Amino acid sequence: MRSEGRLALWLLLSPALLWLTLLIVLPHVDMVILALSERVRPRVYEFGFGNFAEFFKEPLYWHTFGRTVAFSLLATLATFLVAFPTAYYIAKLMRGRAKSLAFIACLLPFWVSELVRTLGWIILLRETGVVSTLLLDLGITGGRVEFLYNDAAILVGLVYSSLLFMVVPLVTSLDTLDDSMIEAGYDLGGNGFDVLREIVVPHAVPGILSGSIVVFMLTLGNYVTPTLLGGKNSLWFTEQIYNQFITRFNWQLGSAFGILLLVASSGIVWAGLKLSRQSLGTVIGR
Amino acid sequence: MPSANRSDLEIRSLTKRFADFVAVDDVSFTVPDGSFFSILGPSGCGKTTLMRMIAGFLREDSGDIFVAGRSIAGLAPNHRPVSMIFQHLALFPMMSVGENIAYGLKRRRVAKAEIAARVTTMLDRVGLPGAADKRIDQLSGGQKQRVAIARSLVLEPDLLLLDEPLGALDLKLREHMKVELKELQAEIGTTFVYITHDQSEALVMSDKVAVMNAGRFEQIGTPRELYYEPATAFVAGFVGNSNGWSGTVETIADGTARIVTDTGLGLAATAMGPLAAGAAVRVFVRPEAIHLALDEDEVAGLDNRFTGRVERVLFDGANSSVLVANPGWAEPVTVLLPQTSRFRGLDAGTQVRLGWDAGQAKCFGARS
Repeated sequence: MRSEGRLALWLLLSPALLWLTLLIVLPHVDMVILALSERVRPRVYEFGFGNFAEFFKEPLYWHTFGRTVAFSLLATLATFLVAFPTAYYIAKLMRGRAKSLAFIACLLPFWVSELVRTLGWIILLRETGVVSTLLLDLGITGGRVEFLYNDAAILVGLVYSSLLFMVVPLVTSLDTLDDSMIEAGYDLGGNGFDVLREIVVPHAVPGILSGSIVVFMLTLGNYVTPTLLGGKNSLWFTEQIYNQFITRFNWQLGSAFGILLLVASSGIVWAGLKLSRQSLGTVIGR
Repeated sequence: MPSANRSDLEIRSLTKRFADFVAVDDVSFTVPDGSFFSILGPSGCGKTTLMRMIAGFLREDSGDIFVAGRSIAGLAPNHRPVSMIFQHLALFPMMSVGENIAYGLKRRRVAKAEIAARVTTMLDRVGLPGAADKRIDQLSGGQKQRVAIARSLVLEPDLLLLDEPLGALDLKLREHMKVELKELQAEIGTTFVYITHDQSEALVMSDKVAVMNAGRFEQIGTPRELYYEPATAFVAGFVGNSNGWSGTVETIADGTARIVTDTGLGLAATAMGPLAAGAAVRVFVRPEAIHLALDEDEVAGLDNRFTGRVERVLFDGANSSVLVANPGWAEPVTVLLPQTSRFRGLDAGTQVRLGWDAGQAKCFGARS
């Protein structure tokens, strides 16, 4: 009886275990091994930290790295600023059918692939695109304007592609805020800003964090949006990794870059949780 | 100093409609300074709507609200000298007890040291000294109640509105909190307006009670007046327990009406208000006004006498009652069980006599 139960447990666990081992643990172990292999001669590798040293020696690498991390934080903040009013409106001011429709409207763009959505932005923002033509026809600008291939275009694309991942946890956590709590905030003499700062935002902290973590990680690891909207100037770190693996065929350096990105994202998420005194369990497990 | 006719709350023909439904229908009343006023009514009678208009969360369609002689209609909730205790208290779980109480003072930009002093005083006053650093989830139901009251009272509002705050408590604690709330109100002297559907809460605590039904006030009076001199059929049926019959007036003389109920029973009852022969009426008799007897001659002198069979004994200590059935009645009559040894062994099936005077039965014109 006991051994049968144990067998059943293992059988039930096996898909998850296989998934974890084959797709997460093994590749990462391999990446660590690769990253720690220094090329001494063609086809001859030895253990060493040379690949990481290479990263710090070449300014382009760590500039790109720093820029990607900072830009991802900015994009996360921008996503939050756009998503919060939306989520508040859906969670607190809408009721019934309209609420579900608004929620679906947020979800709808995600039925289309990220590539297609990004191409949509290109249609809007390129020199001969919709926005440029409109401004020219209205006589606001004298000539055509190129809106693509700059940081603002990347930011717009990143915020757009992350919005849903911020709106959903925010709506979920704002939904659990009792309306009478907000009313009590006003009743006791608070104005709208007081209620927002003292009651609504503190209540939504777990939702804000879980949304921010997801958006930050997705942005940091995004490849399509920065490459297509930022062009050659995007300087996104995932592009460097791609270059090492595909163009340069230097898997060792590429792996080192991958590990650095993983360490950076984990470190920042950890710091964010520490600063807000939340645990990963309460933030993600809700 | 308050003048003789100053009142803390005055409502003048307040009306609120939701689409076709009139939630509050031309309600006017005044609440004297420092009194405990309850609005009692079944759910859906409009009492919550009325209270939310006073607090400022709903805009009235017409009418005016005065607090301490000043119209507050049109003011935002955060600018009204009124504070509200919510049904589920709405304590802020992300703040400590002390921070909860300090919230309103901070909004008024009171100095930090003074806030701390006033929070401490307030916690002492509600019997929770030293609880300032506790988290809300560390408190019991009764303690939360007190923190909610402290959080409102620390702002010294002219008027405290309470929206059935005892509803979520268990029975024992609720009984206790009733007495405590009444004592607290008497001690601090703030005007309390308490809304509830629980008649016992309203009767025990209030100086005056307004009975509300379908958006209107049926009667405003002291708890005793409502109980002994109900003005309408609704009040008679809603406040306290009553046995009720529907019937028609046969004859009327000297304020006493002879009534035939819909089931063909003859009753004598005191007419409340002008009634003519042929009028449709509701007749009410309180369970404790009915004399329960085993022998015919015990009830001989009473105006209404019936024979019945005990259907069920509902034992509840001093509040025990007996359901007595009679083939001529649509429903069994509830009679208070006298606390004498004679009735100790009373069981279902026993033949009993019931009797009451016409003065104990009240009949009201039924609304068409």
